[in-house]
Formats: sequence, C-alpha cells, structure tokens
Amino acid sequence: MKIILHVWRQKDRNAEGKLVRYECPNVSEHMSFLEMLDVLNEDLTAKGDDPVAFEHDCREGICGCCGFVINGVAHGPMPGTTVCQLHMRHFKDGDELYLEPWRAMAFPVLKDLMVDRSAFDRIIAAGGYVSVSTGAPPDGNALPVPKSDAERAMDAAQCIGCGACVAACPNASASLFTSAKVSHLGLLPQGQPERHERALGMVRQMAIEGFGACGNIGECEAVCPKRISIENIARMHRDFLCAAFAERPHVETGGAG
Amino acid sequence: MNLDSRIPSGPIEKKWDNCRFDMKLVNPANKRKYTVIVVGTGLAGGSAAATLGELGYNVLCFSHQDSPRRAHSIAAQGGINAAKNYQNDGDSIYRLFYDTVKGGDFRAREANVYRLAQISVNIIDQCVAQGVPFAREYGGMLANRSFGGAQVSRTFYARGQTGQQLLLGAYQALERQIQAGSVKMFPRREMLDLIVIDGVARGVVTRDMVTGRFEATVADAVVLGTGGYGNIFYLSTNARNSNATAIWRAYKRGAAFGNPCFTQIHPTCIPVSGEYQSKLTLMSESLRNDGRIWVPLRKGDTRPPAQIPEAERDYYLERRYPSFGNLVPRDVASRNAKMVCDEGRGVGPSGFGVYLDFAGSINRLGADTIRERYGNLFEMYERITGEDPYSLPMRIYPAVHYTMGGLWVDYRLQSTIPGLFVIGEANFSDHGANRLGASALMQGLADGYFVLPYTIGDYLASSKLEKLDASHAAARQGLDGAGELTRKLLGIKGKRSVDSFHKELGKYMWEYCGMARNAKGLEHAQGKIAELRDEFWKNVNVTGGGEEINQALERAGRVADFLELGELMCLDALQRRESCGGHFREEWQTPEGEAQRDDENFSHAAAWLHQGPGKTPERLVEPLAFEYVHPSQRSYK
Ligand SMILES: Cc1cc2nc3c(=O)[nH]c(=O)nc-3n(C[C@H](O)[C@H](O)[C@H](O)COP(=O)(O)OP(=O)(O)OC[C@H]3O[C@@H](n4cnc5c(N)ncnc54)[C@H](O)[C@@H]3O)c2cc1C
Ligand code: FES
Repeated sequence: MKIILHVWRQKDRNAEGKLVRYECPNVSEHMSFLEMLDVLNEDLTAKGDDPVAFEHDCREGICGCCGFVINGVAHGPMPGTTVCQLHMRHFKDGDELYLEPWRAMAFPVLKDLMVDRSAFDRIIAAGGYVSVSTGAPPDGNALPVPKSDAERAMDAAQCIGCGACVAACPNASASLFTSAKVSHLGLLPQGQPERHERALGMVRQMAIEGFGACGNIGECEAVCPKRISIENIARMHRDFLCAAFAERPHVETGGAG
Repeated sequence: MNLDSRIPSGPIEKKWDNCRFDMKLVNPANKRKYTVIVVGTGLAGGSAAATLGELGYNVLCFSHQDSPRRAHSIAAQGGINAAKNYQNDGDSIYRLFYDTVKGGDFRAREANVYRLAQISVNIIDQCVAQGVPFAREYGGMLANRSFGGAQVSRTFYARGQTGQQLLLGAYQALERQIQAGSVKMFPRREMLDLIVIDGVARGVVTRDMVTGRFEATVADAVVLGTGGYGNIFYLSTNARNSNATAIWRAYKRGAAFGNPCFTQIHPTCIPVSGEYQSKLTLMSESLRNDGRIWVPLRKGDTRPPAQIPEAERDYYLERRYPSFGNLVPRDVASRNAKMVCDEGRGVGPSGFGVYLDFAGSINRLGADTIRERYGNLFEMYERITGEDPYSLPMRIYPAVHYTMGGLWVDYRLQSTIPGLFVIGEANFSDHGANRLGASALMQGLADGYFVLPYTIGDYLASSKLEKLDASHAAARQGLDGAGELTRKLLGIKGKRSVDSFHKELGKYMWEYCGMARNAKGLEHAQGKIAELRDEFWKNVNVTGGGEEINQALERAGRVADFLELGELMCLDALQRRESCGGHFREEWQTPEGEAQRDDENFSHAAAWLHQGPGKTPERLVEPLAFEYVHPSQRSYK
C-alpha cells in the first residue's frame, strides 16, 4: 500500500521546524511503523537527503525510547501500543499521516521527532527510590507483601517513561509519570519510610521542570502504552497533601560524644 | 603474554571469602579522591555505578541512550535465577553451580560460577529491599517458576518484565547517587576509544551524540558494562543500538577478547517476515512449558496446520529427546529447528519456521488458564504477526540472542589491561559455551552490585596511579583518532547505505557462523567479510555532518567495528575444532547429531590478542580445570 507522510523536520534545538511531505509507495502490512520509516530513510539516504531522526532501541515496547504523535495522537491509533509495536496493517492504502514530536516546554525538540526527556530523570532523582545501599538487607521473604499490593505496585511500575502522557496532556503535565513511581513505591512496605518525602520531592521537581498541573482530563491514561491508570494521580495528590501538612523543617541531630 | 586468571586458593566454597579477605581496602576518607569511569547503565553498569557511588568513589557514568533507564537490560522478560530454595525442591548453591557449569558445556571457569551461585541469593534480597515488585504468592512470599528446563523452581520474576523491574531498581539507586553528587551521569555519549597510559587504562574518549563534540575523560580506573554484540548478525533480539564498539576499541588497545565465537541462538522467536525486518522479537521460552513443537512429516506440505492430521506431524523434540521433550536447552532446540527446516519441512511463507502449538494445552487446561499464564505474550505475538495463537499455532524460529564471548577477564573481572574492568554481558565469563535461561540478569547484577565494587577497591589501593588530566598526550591522541575516523566516514560519500552493509554482514554471519559451522563455510565467510569491509571503506554513504545528531554516523562507526569483529568470530570458530554448547562444528558431532566436545584439546578458553591492523591476532589459552563438576557428555535424551 501507499502511505503519505507529513513529517516534522527540525535541524536542531534552535532551528525552526516544518512539516515535509514524503511518499512511501511500497508499504507492507507486516511492517512496523518504524520499519516503514527505516525504508523511507534508506530512500532519503540514497537521494543524499538527511534521514528522519527518531528515537528507538528495543522495538519491543519496553525501553520507552520511541514515540511521536501520529495524526494528533501520541503513539498513534492503537491503544496500549508504542509506535515501535504499531503495525501497518492498521492503516490503509492512501492514508495521510502527520508525524510530530512530543510537544511540551519541558521536552525541547532536539531534532525532527526526537525530544529531550531528561526532566524525567531529574524527577526520579528527586525521590523516586528507596534509600537502601548495596549491602546485606534482610532476607527477601522477611517482609511478606500481600499479593494484591504487589500486583498493584507492578501495574504502576510498568511505566516505560516514554513521555506520551505529557504529550497528550493539554497542560503538558507529567502527573501520570510521576504518580506511577509514587504509587509503585508507596504501595510496598519498603517504600513507606520515605513516602512523604518522595511525594514532596517529586511533585516539586515536576513543577520546577516546567510541567503543568493535572486538570483531570484523562488524555494521559488514554494514550499510555502501558495502560497506567489515573488512579495513581489521585494517590499521588493524597500523599502530597498529607506530606505537605506534616512537613517540618529538617533539623540535623548530631550524635553526642 | 600469559593469562593469569587469579583464581583464589582454597576449597571452592571458600574462594570468594578468601579473596575478599586478601584484598586491600581503600580508606573511606580516600575513596572520593578516586575517580572511576563506568560505561553502560544496564544491569551491570547501572548497579556498579550506583554501588561505587554509595561507597564514596567519584563516579563518571556514560551511556548512549538518553536515560540510564533505557539500557538493553530493560527488555529481559523471563526472570532471574537464585539459589534460595524457597520452594524446598532440593535447590542449593551447589546445584545452581552444577547446572550452570554443565549447561555451559564445561567451558566456564568453575570458581567464577560458584561465586555467581553464592551471590545469587544476595541479589534477590537487595532487589526486594529496593522495592522491585517481584511476583508473590497469596501468602505474601516470593513466587518462583521453573525456567529453561531446570528441574527446580529457582527463577524469580516480575510478570514478563523482569529485566525492566530489575533495571529500574538499579536506575533508581543510580539516580539517588546522582542526586547525592557522587555519580555524574553523561547520557547520549558514545565511547569511541580507551585511553591507555603506560599500559594502564586511564580514561575514555566519547562523542556527545547531540553536539558531536569529542571529549576525553581521565580517571583512575575504567569499567565497561556495555553489553553483548549479538547485533553483529543484524537481525537479533537485541535492542537496535546495542553494539560492540566499546569492547572492540578496548580490544584494539590490548584487551584480550575471550571466546568470540560463542553466541547463543534462542529457539523461540517470531520468524522474519520480509527484507525490511529490523529486529527479531523473542517469545519467552516459558512457552515451551505448555506448547508442543512440530513440523509436517512430509517435505513441502503446505496445508494449513489444522488440516494436517496427527499422524502426519513430527513432534521432533519429543521424538528425539523423550525425557526432556520440548524443554531441551536452547542450543539443542535451536539446532533441531534448523535441521528440520533445512530438510524442507519448515512452515510459514519463508519456510523458516516451526509450529509451537497450544491446542493440546488449551483443550486440557482451558483457554483461560493459558491466557493467565501467557496472555501478554500471546497479545504481543498477535500484534506483530496479526495471527491469533489461541486458534492457530504460533510460528517460531531461532534468532541470535546473547553472546557468551566478550572481553577476557580474570576472577576479579579485570581485563588484560590493568585498570580496565569488564562486567555483565560484555565480558566472557561464567556461561561457558551456552547460557542457561535467567542467568544473564543474575550475572550482570552479581558483577555490578557485589563483585566489582570490592575488586576495584583492591586495584585502586594497590596501584600507584599518577595524577593526570585530559591534556595528556595519550588523551589528545585518542581525541584526534576519534575525530579522524569520523571525518573519514563522512568523507567517503559512496553509494551504499550503512544498513545495507550491516545486513549483508549479518547474512554471512548467520549463514556461516550461526547455528552450525564448518571449516569451509567459515573460511568462505572470512573472505567475504574482508571484501565487504574493503567495500565499506570505499563505498559507504554516511549523510549529514559530524557536529549534529547523526544517527547514520553512529551506526556507521558500529558497523565498521562489526566488520572487523565478524572476522575474528569466524577465526575463533575455525580454530575451535570441536563442538560445544552453542558452537556447533558440523565436523564434530556424535552419531545422533549432538555436539561432540574434545576435552583433551579444547578444555580451555581462547583469548585473542590484537596484533595491529592486518595482522592475525594471537590466540592465548586459559586452561580450564574441573575439580568439582566432572565433564560428561550432555545428554537430554
Ligand atoms: C529480548 C531479551 C530477553 C532476555 N531475557 C532474559 C531473561 O529473562 N533472563 C536473563 O537472565 N537474561 C535475559 N536476557 C539477557 C540479558 O537481558 C542481557 O544479557 C543483560 O541484560 C545484559 O546486561 P548488561 O548490563 O551487560 O548490558 P546492557 O543492558 O546491554 O547495557 C549496555 C549499556 O552500555 C551502554 N553502551 C554500550 N555501548 C556503548 C558505547 N559504545 N558507549 C557508551 N555506552 C555504551 C548502553 O548505553 C547501555 O547502557 C534477555 C535478552 C534479550 C535480548
Ligand atoms: S523502541 Fe523501545 S519502546 Fe519503542
């Protein structure tokens, strides 16, 4: 089949971008979306043009590298699917598709369809962990975890950090991403000691990075390739509020003697 | 040069303790005066960088992805082994050790494997404490499954995303250190050279993949956790950007390359569908617990599977290996699939596929049970192939998955270049000629959390390292070399794309250095690869410039290295005149067609030392002694 693409081309962070039209004449229904772009890039290379830059690595929907907007929808039309796992059999001959990078102030475009998502790492660094150093922790079975808690923690922990939630949100909020980590750790006994600090640190970092606030619209959940639920956002807000009320200035208590 | 494996003295269960006791410690107040470079943030590199940071070293960490969380380890599905014996089914450290040595077809170092089995239990504790959401039983205890034909249930898992969850645990520990200032992270950097000064590893040359700037960074020691080189085959289950560049360039600076020809071909992957195919997707081998593998009895039988009666099907694994059946180890399952397809009995449009059929299990257990066990895998299969495995048998075919070979390291994970440590899939250790399922995650984390942080301390405490800065002549020379190479690649402006070279190389490797090898084919491949390499340097077309994001340029550098490594793999396969594990030389097989080892002449690891461009590398040998597990013919009949 033949697919017409309009692809966002932007040389670098500071350049102006524009949509450029390309024709992909021999698209097989078995190709993945990225394989179609590979073929396009081979054609562009043969003509001496600059291939389209897009991010990808695992091509199995797990590393979170890939992602762009297809006709206004982050990761395209199939629910629960990253672009690397999206196959061309879901499109038809003659379709015209508009490909654009994630758009958010906190995700500056680096080139074409690639953006800088390092803000996500800084949100994790602001508390998205359990402070346990490598050493000799208690036996893995010392602390039983109810199966349902482990399952719910896992539901949240599945986030791949692709950024589709931010791209889909009219406020460019990173609430779904942040809350997935707050929930994952907050649902497990290991995460309890730092639960408040975690929520405070991560939510504040989210604001510092320039992500917007959650307006309860739910677009994030709709495009999330891992189907992370917005229930997590409610949990994050609760933890944040509790923590904000309970917050006391930190005092160093030096040991005597 | 002599290979000194530095295996500690004493009985096997005491070796690691003895080693730890003998090692010098770095005074806590002095640790921050030492700078350590860690390249890679997968399970191995990520866990090492985090732990070194916690210990107080000044850590500089590099990766080519945009975030440490995206390393290829994220894609591991099935699980991680540990000798916890939570199931009370007779597992023990000794049994895990035994299984791993035997599974590796007696081509791994016993002392390393024993240490790995010992440490396996600490890994699970550490990960649980980090909040890794492992699967649980109803009583709240950790759940296990049996994996890869093991007769005990020792595999811990987090749905089908174990690698993801373990990596996120390491990543979070790493981010905590980044926040604390002990680790400085350099994402989107590709390591292009190793800086060696007076025979000692002292730094790396990297390219900033956004600005194109080359940077030289010096340190007191360098750790490579840069993963495997399975992508040399072009099509593999590895992430697309996995590469050999870091270890290959270290090889060219003097690090010996161990057993390069040992690759693992995984039996259950989705077959190739067309020329445009960019990678192959693994279907977890846990599927072999309930799926039956078959092909038509008759050659060229193109009837749809449902119309082929039972009597005209060949369940070849069950037929040939009655006691293990569909659960034979990976190398055996893969080779048999190739055999039946080569006989013309393969299925699917290409003829390179076999059926993995769940009809029997669905009848017996019901579709719901099968959905509960494998739902996400079935969904993934359907997403990729457009076929519903509940009603049609899956089609699968072997694909390159893992490389047991890598830079040679001693017991302390140090390469033949002092100060260069290699961890995870990037080194050659522990798995011998065949890796068992769920053992790579274990090894990566053992190396990174529990072994390297000790052994590197001993190195630092016992070496006299001169203070340096990046203006040293060797660093400048490295920078110039990297710049020169880049200019060369960009300057060729030939007619063929980088990918077209990579695909062609992959075909030679798969055909002649894949599941079955023979002398004639390997020699032929050596010639073909050399020709292709010549053409590459005359005719490759790398578009764009050097001072910008340029994915074609990134790939070109990697393919240039693969074009050299491929030849070494063929040479190694040629020189190992025996069959063992994943290395199957057609000239050496038992009358039943199984791998025939030659312990008299080849009970050793081969490590290749670079001798300069155009020269044949020197083959060094590390003899392997089996004092505990007596080598026997692996039999799964
Ligand atoms: C699909 C799949 C499923 C698997 N499932 C399992 C399983 O169930 N159980 C199991 O035990 N094993 C499994 N494995 C194997 C296992 O995942 C890997 O062997 C292991 O994760 C490798 O970890 P690593 O840390 O050594 O390297 P990787 O995770 O590959 O990390 C390499 C790191 O090095 C960096 N890097 C590489 N080159 C450079 C360079 N030149 N410059 C800068 N940085 C560089 C990368 O950025 C990355 O951070 C699976 C493998 C695959 C492909
Ligand atoms: S490339 Fe990894 S999620 Fe798509």
